Amino acid sequence: MTKVVLPELSEGIDKAIVSYWYFKEGEKVNEKDDLVELTTDKATFNLPSPCPGTLSEIFFHEGDTVNVGEILAIIEEY
Amino acid sequence: MEFEIFDSGLVDFKRAWQFQKEVFEAVKNVNPKSALILCQHYPVITQGRRPQKENIRISEDELKKRGIEVYAIERAGDVTYHGPGQINAYPIFNLAFFKKDIHLFLRQLEEVVIDLLSDFGIKGLRYAGLTGVWIGRKKIASIGIAIRNWITFHGLSINIKKNDLDNFRFIRPCGMDIEMTSLETELERDIEVENVKENLIYKFRNVFRVSYEARRVDR
Repeated sequence: MTKVVLPELSEGIDKAIVSYWYFKEGEKVNEKDDLVELTTDKATFNLPSPCPGTLSEIFFHEGDTVNVGEILAIIEEY
Repeated sequence: MEFEIFDSGLVDFKRAWQFQKEVFEAVKNVNPKSALILCQHYPVITQGRRPQKENIRISEDELKKRGIEVYAIERAGDVTYHGPGQINAYPIFNLAFFKKDIHLFLRQLEEVVIDLLSDFGIKGLRYAGLTGVWIGRKKIASIGIAIRNWITFHGLSINIKKNDLDNFRFIRPCGMDIEMTSLETELERDIEVENVKENLIYKFRNVFRVSYEARRVDR
């Protein structure tokens, strides 16, 4: 089980809004696949999957605000 | 570090958007290159992620009648307008070779515009939480970027000609009730977009400390 955590982004930015999930719960992902798009201030950026596996649970959905360090989703590794 | 300059001239937004993606792929695959695309667009409204519909003030029919297209794109920010008389600068920079800091990158884009304005004797301002460059309470430059694998795209728009401001009345720029201004409006004289471009490239070079090679593309 691997936790997908919102990493440190840069000084002064401590949260982001989930703008788009590229996968649904239950779908298979490869390592480095774009997993989720986040928006902060005037920038959108993608978070890649840290490992191959199944996206088993999403905790923050599109429109939700997530803080740095919080768990966005869980990936069950093969 | 060097960056390649692409001057696309006056170009349809959709075509320039596609071109950004092509250059993005090239930057991704040919490290450590970065690129800067400069262009003007035909009248177009673009909406960033999570736009509010009410921020476009006129109907689809009216927009069609006026030949203004609308695109939902992957940059951040709400709604903005582009038209001839604005310079759009799209830096396709691999931040792995600069600094992996989104906040800093946005501030550096503002710095580029502030430096440019100072050459014309104008004081450009930043306001915390209101990314962009302002002259007093009026906005002269809008910024909205996207980042994939630490490579940036989209970028900034600077209003140069005063006539391009008219169409801003059809939107609430960035979702706010603000007034836009332009270089011509502030200076009360004619300014040619072509005459600002070289200064802008020079400012990019200074702020990001990069050398560059010029390349003109006819698209």
